[in-house]
Amino acid sequence: MHEATTPDFKANVRAALANKNIQAALGNAQAGFVAKRAKARAGLPEFDDIRDAARDLKNHVLANLADYLERYEAKVLAAGGHVHWAETAEDAQAIVLDICRAAGAKTVNKGKSMISEECAINDFLEEHGIRAQETDLGEYIIQLRHETPSHIIAPAIHVTVPEVEAEFRKAHTHLDPARNLSQMPDLLAEARGVLREKYFAAEVGITGANMLIAETGQSVIVTNEGNGDLSQSLPRVHIVMASLEKIVPTLEDASTILRVLARSATGQEITVYTTFSSGPRRAGDPDGPEEYHVVLLDNGRTNMLGTEFQEMLRCIRCGACMNHCPVYQSVGGHAYGWVYPGPMGAVLTPSLIGVEKGGQLPNASTFCGRCEAVCPMRIPLPKMMRHWREREFEKNLTPSAVRWGLAAWRIVAGRPWAFRLVTGVAAFGLRLAARGRGRLATLPLGGGWTGHRDFPAPQGRTFQSQWRGQNQWRGRR
Amino acid sequence: MPPTTPPARPRTALLVTCLVDTMRPSVGFASAKLLEDAGCEVHVPPQTCCGQPNYNSGDRAGAKALARGMIAAMEGYDFVVVPSGSCAATVIKDYPQIFAGDPVWEGRAQSLAGRTHEIVSFLTRVMAVETVAARCEGTATYHDSCSGLRSLGIKDEPRRLLGSVEGLTLSEMAEPEVCCGFGGTFCVKYPDISNKMVSNKTADIAATGADLLLAGDLGCLMNMAGKLSREGRAVKARHVVEVLAGDTATPAIGEA
Repeated sequence: MHEATTPDFKANVRAALANKNIQAALGNAQAGFVAKRAKARAGLPEFDDIRDAARDLKNHVLANLADYLERYEAKVLAAGGHVHWAETAEDAQAIVLDICRAAGAKTVNKGKSMISEECAINDFLEEHGIRAQETDLGEYIIQLRHETPSHIIAPAIHVTVPEVEAEFRKAHTHLDPARNLSQMPDLLAEARGVLREKYFAAEVGITGANMLIAETGQSVIVTNEGNGDLSQSLPRVHIVMASLEKIVPTLEDASTILRVLARSATGQEITVYTTFSSGPRRAGDPDGPEEYHVVLLDNGRTNMLGTEFQEMLRCIRCGACMNHCPVYQSVGGHAYGWVYPGPMGAVLTPSLIGVEKGGQLPNASTFCGRCEAVCPMRIPLPKMMRHWREREFEKNLTPSAVRWGLAAWRIVAGRPWAFRLVTGVAAFGLRLAARGRGRLATLPLGGGWTGHRDFPAPQGRTFQSQWRGQNQWRGRR
Repeated sequence: MPPTTPPARPRTALLVTCLVDTMRPSVGFASAKLLEDAGCEVHVPPQTCCGQPNYNSGDRAGAKALARGMIAAMEGYDFVVVPSGSCAATVIKDYPQIFAGDPVWEGRAQSLAGRTHEIVSFLTRVMAVETVAARCEGTATYHDSCSGLRSLGIKDEPRRLLGSVEGLTLSEMAEPEVCCGFGGTFCVKYPDISNKMVSNKTADIAATGADLLLAGDLGCLMNMAGKLSREGRAVKARHVVEVLAGDTATPAIGEA
């Protein structure tokens, strides 16, 4: 797995806020996502009913996960495919390497897959002498830049167009310096030309899966570039990397999820390509791989079953939560320090790498609730972030200043006389400190606030003391 | 939410909130005036904090202790009204969950949750207030605080009542529903992110050309008002109930 920089979240944040390119790239992209999703939602009056249905069907799956996985496995085997169970990311790496070696692979083409990111499969294969070639445009760009995705569906969202041009000019040595590459379509055409050649070179193709269908044994990918199809149908061997919870019972269920997936993600009614893979090439098939492997990754997910984090396993990786998150919009995905950013990452990351490493993320939320409001699977993300804060508090991982503050507040607010005293002194003292200006530019111990904004001074006496004074004679309390 | 028929003169408790109590009592008095004008008998039972800071920081035991105090303080009233969507949502949405399964406190928490309302939505939904008798010259922009908007569904209510304020024009921000970056302890735990968020917000506010910023939560207002004044912008900030109650004489938030 990639080494998480999540414990350095605050330093990552400062770097991201100071990075002009990241800030420029994030601003425009996010507004586009929000508007497109809103339009797509408005165009489907029953959208919220489908969300309910999608939530219910995934809850049913999670309650019967082993059963559906076994049914799926039986179907894949019957179609002549192979199913590999990977308990950890390291297990998945070893399985993929074995398949690649058996296929004599020198090059592996990849469709976009977050599970392959979770397993850091590219670096691992490179270490063993096998070239992993990304074919999704965004993934291709960040591979050139030696970066990880900063968004689960738009991996290069943090990169500006001029930065892409510079990267292409560096990597594509054939490029005529006079050729205009200032616009996105020019860059797309250039990438397409370069990648087209590479599709035929690979012995193995790796894709992810948006869903696995128990009834049919199919895996499903949704893409807009067609690169996934070429990656999986041209090489001799196709490997699907998927996590366990991607399973749905039937084709009908898959269509329920598809109806909310693209609308929530990019605002499309449906993606340009929706590809169903059923196994290796059959006699009479004009194309398709000779070998078909599915690597099913657990990597901590089954530990979430039966806990307050189980509902997170409904996630279909649409990215709507991060597209609507003001924290994500401020700092981008790399600041989160591991594979999954944004609100879904803030819940999932501590589950998969431990709250000791991932605990910053569920704390870095205002609980504004916009993520939950747009989540197609109705995952209560803020509630689960609060659960992580509770786990931290129980384990004494909450910073001691915060613990002391909370304990003191409990004591003060637990005793009306103490509350009256403390609020009275605060109201009077801060008023005095403001020296008639109505606000304070600095506060002792309040640098977190006054470093960036003034602190409005209180009016002088507490409401409760004034109310008592005014109303005693009227016989009210 | 279905309209409920209130008693002729409902006994109404004001849950004033720690911030209003300590920082801006004029919001409490404006709330009391609006409630009395709407025909309520207003009481302020001795009270402390609803426990939200502890609850949102993972200190469930501390939150429970404070919640019990609040539940006990607010018993015996027809309604409990809060000039904050955030504190109201804690009582309405979180208390029943905090005490779920507790033989003594679950029922009491649910009873309180059922009687508790955020003030503007209480005036419009329960007391059927359509207009207020207030005057305020100028152009205001209204920020939808997150809990009021997304937990309690408050959106049109403040705008409807503000529409009846004489002399006041509303000018909407591009993104009134995006968080201002306050988030309780968030703003001091993650000051850099909070600053980025509130800077986006003040830019959005300034772009409306409004001279007055209104919202229903004092925490958000102090955050935005503090940033507006640090940036040297001339926009004043008030809690929405001040304007609805006709109190524009009290200096605005952060003013003297």
